[in-house]
Order: sequence, then C-alpha cells, then structure tokens
Amino acid sequence: MGKAPKKKNLADKVRKAKAATEIKNNPFEVKINRKKFDVLGRKGKHDVGLPGVSRSKAINKRKETLLKEYKQKNKSNKFIDRRLGEYDAKMAPEDKILQRFAIERQRAHGKRDVYNLNEEEELTHYGQSLAEIEKFNDTVGSDDESEEKGLLSAELTASHFGGGGGLLRKKTSGGDQEDEQGGQKTKSRQELIEELIQKSKQEKRERQVQKEEAQELTEKLDQDWKSIQALMVKKIPKAEHVDKPEEKAKPEEYDMMVRELGFEMKAQPSEKMKTPEELAKEEKEKLQKLEADRLRRMMGDEGGDGVQSQVHMSADDLNDGFVLDKHDKKTLSYQDGKWNIEEETEDGKEEEGESGEEEGSEAEGENEEDDDEDDVEEEEEEGSGEDEDDHSDLESEQESENEENDEEEEASSPRQQPQSLSREELKARQEAAKAELPYTFAAPESYEDLKDLLHGHTPDNQRLIVARTQKCNHPSLAAGNKLKLQKLVGFLMEYMGELATRSPPELGTVDKLIPELYALCQMFPEAAGKSMQSILRDAAHSMEEAVEVKGHVAFPTLDMLVYLKVTALLFPTSDFRHPVTTPALLFISQTLTKCPVRSLQDLTSGLVLCCLAVEYVSFSKRFLPELINFLSGTLHLAVQDKASTGCMVVPPFRLSGKYSDLLVLSNSESCSSWSKENLPLSATQQLELKSDLNKDHYRLNCLSICLDLVKRCCLLYKDLTSFTCIFQPIRTLLSKHLSSQMLPSPLQELHSEILEAISSASVTHTRLVFEKKKPIPLKLFTPKIVEVLDYGKKRGSTREEREKERLKHKYKKEFKGALREIRKDSRFLAREKLSEVMNRDAERKRKVKELLGSLATQEGEWKALKRKKRK
Amino acid sequence: MAPAKKRNVSSKANVKKTKIDFESIVERILESRKHANDVFDVLEFLQSEKEKDVICVVDACCELFCTLLKRRDLFIGKLPGEDEAIKGEHSPDEKYKIFMRHRYNNCVEILLEHLHHETHEVKESVLCCLMKFAAEQGLHPLEDLDWSEYFSFPRELIQAVVHNILSQSSDNSLLISRFQEFLEMEDVRYYVMSFIRENVATVMNKSKGAVLPVYQSNVFTLMLNINMPSQESELTNFMVKQETKHEDWKAAKLHDHKRAFERMWLGFLKYKLPNSMYKKVLVVLHDSILPHMSKPTLMIDFLTAAYDVGGAISLLALNGLFVLIHQHNLDYPDFYKKLYNLLEPSVFHVKYRARFFHLANLFLSSSHLPVYLVAAFAKRLARLALTAPPTALLIVLPFIYNLIRRHPSCRVLIHKPSSEDELLKDPYVMEEVDPALCHALESSLWEIKTLQKHYHPYVAKAAMLINTPLSEQEDDISEVLEMTSYELMERDLKPTQSKSFPLEFETAAHLLEGRGEVLGQHFCLA
Repeated sequence: MGKAPKKKNLADKVRKAKAATEIKNNPFEVKINRKKFDVLGRKGKHDVGLPGVSRSKAINKRKETLLKEYKQKNKSNKFIDRRLGEYDAKMAPEDKILQRFAIERQRAHGKRDVYNLNEEEELTHYGQSLAEIEKFNDTVGSDDESEEKGLLSAELTASHFGGGGGLLRKKTSGGDQEDEQGGQKTKSRQELIEELIQKSKQEKRERQVQKEEAQELTEKLDQDWKSIQALMVKKIPKAEHVDKPEEKAKPEEYDMMVRELGFEMKAQPSEKMKTPEELAKEEKEKLQKLEADRLRRMMGDEGGDGVQSQVHMSADDLNDGFVLDKHDKKTLSYQDGKWNIEEETEDGKEEEGESGEEEGSEAEGENEEDDDEDDVEEEEEEGSGEDEDDHSDLESEQESENEENDEEEEASSPRQQPQSLSREELKARQEAAKAELPYTFAAPESYEDLKDLLHGHTPDNQRLIVARTQKCNHPSLAAGNKLKLQKLVGFLMEYMGELATRSPPELGTVDKLIPELYALCQMFPEAAGKSMQSILRDAAHSMEEAVEVKGHVAFPTLDMLVYLKVTALLFPTSDFRHPVTTPALLFISQTLTKCPVRSLQDLTSGLVLCCLAVEYVSFSKRFLPELINFLSGTLHLAVQDKASTGCMVVPPFRLSGKYSDLLVLSNSESCSSWSKENLPLSATQQLELKSDLNKDHYRLNCLSICLDLVKRCCLLYKDLTSFTCIFQPIRTLLSKHLSSQMLPSPLQELHSEILEAISSASVTHTRLVFEKKKPIPLKLFTPKIVEVLDYGKKRGSTREEREKERLKHKYKKEFKGALREIRKDSRFLAREKLSEVMNRDAERKRKVKELLGSLATQEGEWKALKRKKRK
Repeated sequence: MAPAKKRNVSSKANVKKTKIDFESIVERILESRKHANDVFDVLEFLQSEKEKDVICVVDACCELFCTLLKRRDLFIGKLPGEDEAIKGEHSPDEKYKIFMRHRYNNCVEILLEHLHHETHEVKESVLCCLMKFAAEQGLHPLEDLDWSEYFSFPRELIQAVVHNILSQSSDNSLLISRFQEFLEMEDVRYYVMSFIRENVATVMNKSKGAVLPVYQSNVFTLMLNINMPSQESELTNFMVKQETKHEDWKAAKLHDHKRAFERMWLGFLKYKLPNSMYKKVLVVLHDSILPHMSKPTLMIDFLTAAYDVGGAISLLALNGLFVLIHQHNLDYPDFYKKLYNLLEPSVFHVKYRARFFHLANLFLSSSHLPVYLVAAFAKRLARLALTAPPTALLIVLPFIYNLIRRHPSCRVLIHKPSSEDELLKDPYVMEEVDPALCHALESSLWEIKTLQKHYHPYVAKAAMLINTPLSEQEDDISEVLEMTSYELMERDLKPTQSKSFPLEFETAAHLLEGRGEVLGQHFCLA
C-alpha cells in the first residue's frame, strides 16, 4: 500500500511540473479576464485565470476537509493519531522523525534484551570489545592524511563505499571519535555528516575568536602607546610642537572645508533690482488690492472673510525681515537720571569682561586703531554710546589670534596717545548726549508709567519716545513684548483722551502721536479695536443713562471727539459693518439727536460731529438722517423770525425757545467785517467772546461751516432717490427764510450753490419693482460632467466616510464569497451523496444480477438434469 | 406704631435722656390725675424747634392720648368751652375729662401744623401719630352715637390730615407714599377719596382755574397711591369696624368705592392741568384709572380733548381712547384721520415711541381698513423715516412691511411693474391732511430705497427686503419696540462679532487729515 500512492504522487509531481507550463500555455485551460482600461506597464495578478486548475484545487480541498467531515458524520468513534508530536506544530518535522526513531529503537532494544542473559558482559576479541570493533567497521581512515579536510573526504568516501575492510583496521586517527561515541553504537551516515559539519563550523568560530582577541590586544597596545606618547610630546620643544599640530590639523581643515563646501548653499539668483517703474507698479497693485478689499467690505459681502493681516512697513523698512540686532539694544540709556555707561544688567556679564580688556585691545594694532576711529566717528554722528559694543565686537574677532602675543603688543604703548585724545573728545560728546533722549525705554506697565514717561517732554520728543519704546519692544525681540505693546496701544489712547481733556487741550501732542498710534494699530488691530470699542461702550453707556434720567444729555467732551476722529483714522469707515466704526457712527448719530444745543460751544461740538459724520460717510456715501436733521436745525437757528417758517424741526432742535436764536446776528452790519477763519477745536469746551462783533463773527463762522457741510451732503446724496424729500426743509429754509442778501458774499456763493444743487437733482424716478428673479431652470437630463483629476479615489468624502465605505465593500465581498463557498460546498456534498447512492445501487444491482445469475444457472442445471433424466 | 418706633431706635442714643423724661412725665400723668398739668410741659416741647425733641414728644403724646382714649378719659360728646367747664357745675371727674379733651384737641392741632414741617422725619412720625389717634378714635368715638344713620368714623381728623397733606407749597410725595399704607384700609380709602374731591373743589375754585403745579402733583400722587380693590370680597381690611349695620356702610361697598374714585378723578381732571401732569395722567389712565371707574365713558370728554391737543399728549391719549373704543363702544369720527395727522417727525423721538407704535399697530391691524388709508400711512411713515434714528427705523420698516402684508393691494407701493420705464414725480402730497386725498397709492416707497443706503447695517438690511417679494409671515415688532440705541450698539460691540478688525490702509499722519479733510478745513488744533 505504502509504495503505490508514493509512486502515484511522484508521477503526479512530474505531471504537475510538466502541466504547470503546459496548462498555462494551453489556450483551452486559460481564461483571459477582460480589462476595462488598458494601462500600459501594469502587470495585474488577475489578468489570466485558470479555471480548471482552481476548480480541481477547490475540489481537492473539499475532499480533504468537507468530505472527511461528512464521512465522520454521525460517528462517535474517532481516530486519534498518537504518534509522538503529531499535533505539535512547534516541533520541526526532522525532530519528530528523530525522536520517533529513538523511541522505536528503544522499544526494539527492550524486546531484544528480553532474551539477553547478562547485559553487562562484553564480548572481546584480542582484548578489545567486540562491539566497538563491530561499530567502526565502516570507518576508513588513512594514516598519511593529517589534514582534516582530507580526513573528512576519506570518511565520506568510506561512508559511501564502506565495506568490510574496516574490521581489520586498527584504531588510529579516529580514536578520539570512537571514545566519544562509545555509548551510541549505531549512527546513520546522515548523522555523521552532520556531526562533521558541526565540527568544522565550531573550529571556524574558534579561529575567528582568536583573531578578534589578537586585534583587541593590538588596539590596547596602541592606546597605551598614545598615552605614553602624550607624555613624550610635552618634552618636545615649542617650535616643533607648533608645527606638529598644524601638520596634523591640515587634513582636518581640508576635510572641514570640503564638508562645508558640500553643505554650503548653492548661490541662488537674487531678485533683480527693480526699476522705479516696476516699484511704482507694485505699489499701485497693492493699493488697488486694498481698495478692492475695502469696496468688498463696503458692499457688506461676507463671503471672503479671509482678512489678510497687513504687515506694517515703516518708512525705513528695507523689506528685509526687520530684525533688530544687538546694536539696537545696547544704546545710550539713563539710570536714575545719570548717563548709563555700564551696559544694562541683562547683557552685563559678557560685556564686562570685554570692556575690561578694552584698553589693551584698543592699542593692539594700527589697522585696528583705524577701525576704531572710524567707528568713533560714526558713533558721534549717531550720538550714541555704541563704542563699547563695537570694540568688543572687534575684539571677539581677533581675540583668538592675539591671545599669545598680548605681551609683545604691550611694548607698543606710544600708540595709545592719539587714542586717549579721541576718548576725551568722546567724553565731551557724551556730555552732549546727556541732554538728548535715551534710546531705550521699557514698555510702560500701567497708564501711570506711560504718563510718567512722557511727562515734561515736548510733543516731538513724546513721539520719539513712543516710537523708540515701540522699537525696543518689538515682538520679534522677546516673547512678552507683544503683550506689552498691546497694552501700550490702550494706554496711548487713554493718554490722548487725557491730553484732550486738559485745559487748554494739548491737541498738538495728540497730533504728533497719531502716526505712532497708527503704526501700533497696524501691528495689533485687535488690541486697538478692543480698546476703542471699550471707550465707545463706556461713552455710549453713560450717555444712555443720562438720557434715561434726564431725557437729554450734554454734548460729548473734546476727548470723545478726538477718539471719534482717531477711529476714522485707524479703521476704515466705509465698511458695511465694522466692529469699531459702526458703533462709532451710531454714537455720532445718537449725540446729534439727543444733545440739545444750548450754547455756541454746543453748536461747535455739533458741527465737529457733523464734520466727522461727513468724513465717515464720504467714501461710502451712506445716508445719515441725523446729519441732515442737525444741519437743517442749525440753519433754523439762524432764521430771524421763527414763527413764519412753519417747517418741521426735528429734535434736539425746537421750533421756538430760549436757545433757538443762537445763530441770529445781533447786528447785521457785522457781515461786512467778517472773514472766514478756522475755528479752534477747543471752542467746543470753552469759548470766550467778548464783544458782540466777535460773537457775530463766530456765528457767521458756524453758519459757513454749516453751509459748507450742507453743500457736501448735497453732493454726497445727490444719487439718492429721495434726495429732494431729504433736502426739502433745507431748501425752504434757504430760499425763503434765510435769503442770501443778509449773508456775506462767500456765504452767498455757498447759498446759491446749494440751492442750485438741490434744484438740479432729478425729481422723477422709475417705479419700484422687485428685483427680477432668475427663472428656475428646467431639469435637464444631460449628464453632469465633472472633471475627475484623481482616478480611483472616491472623492468628496472625509476619511472616516471612506474607511466606512471600504469596510462595507469588504464585508459585502466577503459575504458574497462565503455564500458562494457554501453553495459550492453543498453542491459538492450533493454530488458526493449522489455518487454514494449510485455506487450503492450499482452494488445492489450487481449482487442481484449475481444472485439471479446463480439462480439461473441452478435452474439451468436442474433443467438440464431433468432433460438428462428424461433422456 | 411699629415703623415709628423703629425710626426712633437710630436716634435713641442721643435723645435717651429727654426721652426718659417724657416717658416718666407721661407715666406720671397716667398714674394719677394730680400730675395732669404736666401735659402742658409736653405740649410745650411739642412746639420746640429741635426735630429730635419733637419726634420724641410726638411719640410720648401718642402714647399718652392713646391710653387716655382707651381709658375713655377724654370727654365724649359736645365739648363745652374751657372757661365754661371750670365755671359750670361738672363733677371733678368730668372736669378732668374736659380738660384732657381740650389738651387732646390742642395736641392734634399742633400735630396737624407739624405736617407742614420741613423735615420728613417729623412729618412722618406726626402722620403716624395722627393715624393712631384716628384708629383709637374710631374704636372709642368721642361723639355721641345719637342718631342711627351715623357710622362712627373719625371723619374730621382724617379730613384735616388729608387737607394738610395736600400742601400747596411743598412736594409731599414721600409722606404720601407713607400714607399709602393707611390707604390700604378700605374705610380710610373711601373717606380719603371723598375728602380729596372736596379739597380739590375748594382749592381749585379758590385759584380760579389757574394751574397749581405743586398742589396738583401732590393730589395726583395721592390719587395714584390709591389701590382700588377689584372685587367686593376683597373689602376686608377696615380701620373701624361698625358694630351695627356694617353692610349698609358705604365704605364697605365696592360700588360706592368706585363712584367715589370716579368722582374724585373727574373732579381732579375738570381743572386745567400743567403739561407734564397731563402726560402723567394719560400714561396711567388706561391702566390704573379706567378699570376702576364705574362709568369709564365719562372720560371721553377728557380724552378727546387730550387727543386734540396734539403732539405727545395726543399720542398718550390714544391709549385711553383705544380702551374706550375697544371695550366701551366709543364711536370716534375721523379717528384715523387724526391718527394720520399725528404722524410727525417727532413721533420717532419722543419717549412714548414704543407705546405709540404698539397702539398704531393695533389700530392698523384691522383688515377692514380702506387701501388708500393704509397706503397713506405707509407712505407717510416712510417719508418720516427719512429723519428717524436707527432704532426707530428698525421699528418703522417692519411696521410698513406688516401693513403691506396685511393689505396685499398695497403691494403696488413697492412693486408696480406695469409702468416700468416711465419716470414720474412723487405724486404723494405730504402736506395734505386727509389721507384720502394724498395720492399715496399712486406713489412708490422710494424712501425705503433711499434707506438701503443707510449707514447702519441692520437698517440697510431691513430696507433691502423690498427688493424681493415680502415673506408671508408678519414681522414681530414688539421685540424692537423697546430697543435703545445702546443695545443696538452693544450688538456690534459683542466680542463674538469682533473677531477681525480690518484696518485703514491709508497711513495717518495728522489728527485732522484723511477722508476729504472736512474737519481740517473748518477747524484747527489748539
């Protein structure tokens, strides 16, 4: 039995080996899977299918698994293979065989020993154990071959061709082997070979170990030598010593150079110098972009909220990243009112050491001295105390070279003379510098600090101080600076407010500080916006409270007017909606409606607010009803007899009352001597007009401002559909009650201009209609074509979705596969059952036939016998 | 009374000594009749200049006479003159009682005078004392209960108190608010109401119709402090309980209360009121006066007169009128015409804007109004919106939209496509008083188109709505009615909305520069 399947297997193998290629080439066996797209250069795994092969594979597999199971069905008995290690997957098959073999031998041995009477007794021949002799009968050794290799080959040959000759041979070279293997008498050839191989490997390893040891020893020796060598080197004279390291260093330097060159960036083409035209063009483009952005915000488009943070460029910015280096930091500064010659404590240590060596190093060499003097001159121009730094820098460059020859240089002391002279000059200049402003300022921590810092300086100096504070605390210099400067924004605004509330208001200083505030605001829009918002909120809140209590409120003080103006300078007023300017404009309109005009000061404040309002809407041309109300109310103040006007007046103005004649001239003669002049902003707070003439002149000034604003409004709003309605009250006031004869000539001009503008506006409009809606398009059946750029990827979904999709797909595939397998299994089983039944039937048929046949023969025989009898 | 005592606690330390004195004096007087003459000392102190003394003595008096009243140690019945009593043949006991009754009367007189004292503390303690007297007097009447119609109640005392509270010279609002506590008692309230009416009639007749602002404001405050019960069953809290015929007592009937209330108010409103008072009355009229009147229609005259005054007063009269029209079937000719004429620029600026628009919304919510009227209202409001502040605009715009929604035939105001290309002048006549003749329906709401350019984003957005057909759903204007401009500003200042701060890119160098330099052209620094 054992042989037959083996042979068959072998034959199968042969056939298979042959078949593998044959099958693949056989066009009837191969099924080529059609591909949808032909991709060049891609080798798919599933291009060609071998349905026959895979089917037979599947059937075989089933036979081994399913069929067996089927056969075992309903059987409680089980065949268990108790061979050693049969179910142990860990064991290597060779080990299994070995151990099984060992057990087998033991068993056989035991059986054989049953009939051995004295086990320990050894049979000898010529004093030698017969067993031993018997054992080595097949080892052939040659005496002359001392090398192992030869021995190995001899052994091999012996094992291959070993005959009976071994018995006669004496134990010679293989003696030790015999001793070793005394216990085990029989050894297969295979084992022997393995042993040999093992041995050779072991020797090889030993050799390697030896070699390594030798190497270690030499290394150790080298090291020892080096340590001794160092001792010896000390005694070598200097000159030689200097040469030696250089010699040694040379290749290192070279290496370093090579490496450096390797790592060095390749020279890159720098941007070419731009021509003035190009620069101008660039600037223009930038402005155009900003303008477009502003327009977009004005229209109230919310779409692009990616507000790019604008980087502030100062005038002296070289567009090179703006990193303030060491020099800027260590500049002249005051400490306790004295000029601070010592460096600041932060960088003290380093500098102290260097400045101690200063004198020595200054006199070091001619070239250096020249440098020094140049430096001094430069510094004088700057008026700063940078000398120390420069010296120290120079030092640090040359220090390494000069360390040894310090003593030699000491001798050249005469050269110090001119140097000391220059130092005296320097001192004089330092004195001058004392009067100047320091160059570094710590950022103020509180509002009080800022006030102290700026106190007693001229406006220009205050500006300088703020500018320097800002530079010294640039956010790129230290981590906390950003916060400090953000605070500074708020303090500066507060300070401006305070300046405006002083009497007399120091608006000149405010004016000077504007650029700095602007610069800071560009750096920290958020901080500036927030502080401005809080100012507005407070002002609006107090106003609201006053309105609730009294029903009206006084005009805001000058600081608020300044804040409103500053808001317009810092933030775009044309935005459809802006977190700062929208509330500011609301505040202005609120004051224009809620604050009653009770004096010329009030009127001045109102006119300032009107000016601001006009500025706010000048770009966006938005409609501000309160502005028109206030202006017409102001004009109404100038009308002499109120009773006849009969036109509507909007609060805060009243048709008649104590304050309704504020702008009526006390003497009409004063027109002739009037000339327009700019009103001071401080007039909003206090106004002293002694004579009636002065008052009249002031009134005319107000009137002229008012008329000018009306004119501007006319131009601004001339496109509005209700333009005539809006300006109707003003028109009637101007044409009927405030005739131009009573006004001085410049005002007459304005007067006529306004009337002309109002009357020239078109009064006819088209009727209102809804915006035309886009018709909803019909549903179309043409496919929507989407350009796909990355094939094979499911697009338009997140990672999780894709993962989910993938798992779903996998599950589906697996499910289908399992279903198919189950179907195939059941088909296979059905086939098996059928064949079983067929076999059984055939068997039965055969048996029946046999029986019938035997019966028939019996019958035949019986009949024949009967015939015979008859015969 | 408890509040009065409490008050003394604070000043106890300083006045302890004098107080002990008074207490001992009072004790002595009460102990035996021998010390009856010490009463004069007390009364003398009552007239002293020092407030603290006065307050202490008031307390002492209160204690003294209350005990005496309780003991019935005061003469009851018609009081004979003091000299008479001494001469006449009275028993010593009666003589004592007469004497004490006279002292009591003196004391009350002094106290009533003190109701005009400058300091509120004195006034208050005096008032409390007097009301205590009144309560005691109610329990132990000083008059003979002779005839059966009479209900025992200290009428004279209360009348005198009311008379003195309604001062013509000083504003007694604090005292009156203290007095409110006593007005909680039904009988006191009833009698006070009738006394007020009498008082007003006499005082105003004396002044011959001229305005007395202080007096009228006092009266008004007092009247405003009267909380009328709404149901008969609530009438439980009496100062004086009548032993007999309590049910017949007028003070125990809600109907009589209402009548007294009504007569009091009518009597008050009959005379000319100062403007501010007019407004105050109108503000509370619908809420605290009309519901408590037995015949609210009696207010028609007053309200129509107020409605005709014009301005803010008319606006306020609307509220009362609305109640009358709505609940009492008042037929008011030309009501809408007058309402239309109330629409003036000031409508958007007055304090009562929210109330006005709330009512106007109610009046115009009827779907039976003629189209021309609604259109006239819409157009007029739109025209007026050109002068309105943003908070008002946020009311007016939805208001107009609601009008158009309710009356779809008004849609031509914002959408009239047939005559698309023709240019026309606005046919609307602003000056026309009659809404039927103002040609509003032939016009369009160009004003709203203008407001699309309004500076405030919310207003501009609201105005944008006319570009597309209006939604079916009406806007709820009640949310925006009370909005103040500060709230509007807060919306923009919220930190959530101010994430990014776009910046001005034009470099600023000087304060007066930038944006056309309007400021710089007219003003200079310094």
